Amino acid sequence: MTKLAVPVFAVLAAIGLAVSCYLVFFVAPLEYSFNEANKLNGSSLFFNQKIYYFHVAHAFWLFTAVGVAGTASIGFLVKRDPRWDDVASASVDVAVAFGAVVLLTGSIWAKAAWDVWWQWEPRLTMSLLLWLILVGYVLVRRFAGPSADRVAAGMAIFGMVGVPFIYKMVGQDSHPAAGANGVVATMQSGMRLPFWISVASFLCWYLALVFSRLQSTRAEREVRELRERGLDLGVLS
Amino acid sequence: MMLLRHAARVAWKDLRIELRSREILYTMAFFGALLVVVFSFAFPQDARAVRGSVPGMLWVSIAFTGTIGLGRAFDRERENDTMRALLLAPVPRLAVFLGKAFATTLLVLSVAAVCAPLLALFLSAPLFRFPGPIILIVVLGAIGIAVIGSVFAATLLKVRSRDVLLPVILYPLLIPLFVAGTKCTASLVAEIPNFDAAWYWIEFLGIYDATFLVLSIWIFESLVIE
Repeated sequence: MTKLAVPVFAVLAAIGLAVSCYLVFFVAPLEYSFNEANKLNGSSLFFNQKIYYFHVAHAFWLFTAVGVAGTASIGFLVKRDPRWDDVASASVDVAVAFGAVVLLTGSIWAKAAWDVWWQWEPRLTMSLLLWLILVGYVLVRRFAGPSADRVAAGMAIFGMVGVPFIYKMVGQDSHPAAGANGVVATMQSGMRLPFWISVASFLCWYLALVFSRLQSTRAEREVRELRERGLDLGVLS
Repeated sequence: MMLLRHAARVAWKDLRIELRSREILYTMAFFGALLVVVFSFAFPQDARAVRGSVPGMLWVSIAFTGTIGLGRAFDRERENDTMRALLLAPVPRLAVFLGKAFATTLLVLSVAAVCAPLLALFLSAPLFRFPGPIILIVVLGAIGIAVIGSVFAATLLKVRSRDVLLPVILYPLLIPLFVAGTKCTASLVAEIPNFDAAWYWIEFLGIYDATFLVLSIWIFESLVIE
């Protein structure tokens, strides 16, 4: 099933991306300011606001990917089944890529809206620190040798638990709001369809990447296990 | 109660080794003192700038010496391959973890006890104007570093590049701790001290320590299985 998953999701993502690009750039209305009540230097946004469709979609799946990785790591420590570990590892690999996109697009948006590339407020700090933990995870995977799976699983769980502390740690929040009264919930009607199509196509993209990563991590692990068995039997040297 | 007694045994074993050789203590304290000297050259020394930078200096030196000491404390178990013996001992693994974490806390604290007075001395920083809250936050910080550090230093024992990987793992996870420590210290050394803020960060760090202590107790056993 996973063999078919990669091409199917990749094709879906490609179609979705093409459709959402068309909708975002030609159909969706231009936004002058995000929220009449607290204008975020609305005048300078205009076309820059379009990046929101990609930024938020990536952020959605970044946090999903981290949740998947943390849950799979708990599963791995409880069940001791390396297949859980493959899922965690694949998900983190993709999360690093999505996190990079979130940070980059966020910076570009921030330059337009706040006139700075970076600001130390909760959601930015949280994304950055989360991303640093993810990069650390990848480094551990790569260089920690045979016990890498356990160290990495511990890191994923500790990282997941630490996220609320990071969020609580930094003061005021000037990021456009999320949640029930947030930007996503109060979008204009013309922006809704492009937004959700963009979110869905990046979900397909995330799934395609995770499944293809899953195949290669699984193959890597199997080669490693075979090699160890060969060494134990004295067939390999 | 039995558990705590076992933990105390493990901790006392570590501390006794350390008291006999004084290797980690001397090298860490000297390294900490060197850091303080480097800081006093690296940053401006007028009174107002010092108030702004001394919290950062204190916590950066705690972070650096802490990771070095952690790595060394667990290397000792590896060199003589005594970690296996320790894990085979007929006590719960939890006792081993608690003992290790307690001994490490004392090590980190003793180095902080060298660095903080030196900072106050060299930079004439008003670090000890309110000794109570400062000591409290440093103790909480040391507990946090020791608890999270012990979990990962123990799991990294068999790894070749553990010296590099330990800070790579620890620093992102410990950033809330360092921020809380720095902000608390900053609000205490400020010209007009802000006790509300200091207390907020002490509470924050207390909750952080408690959360990760529980998580570590829960996770330690499944992470260090040989």
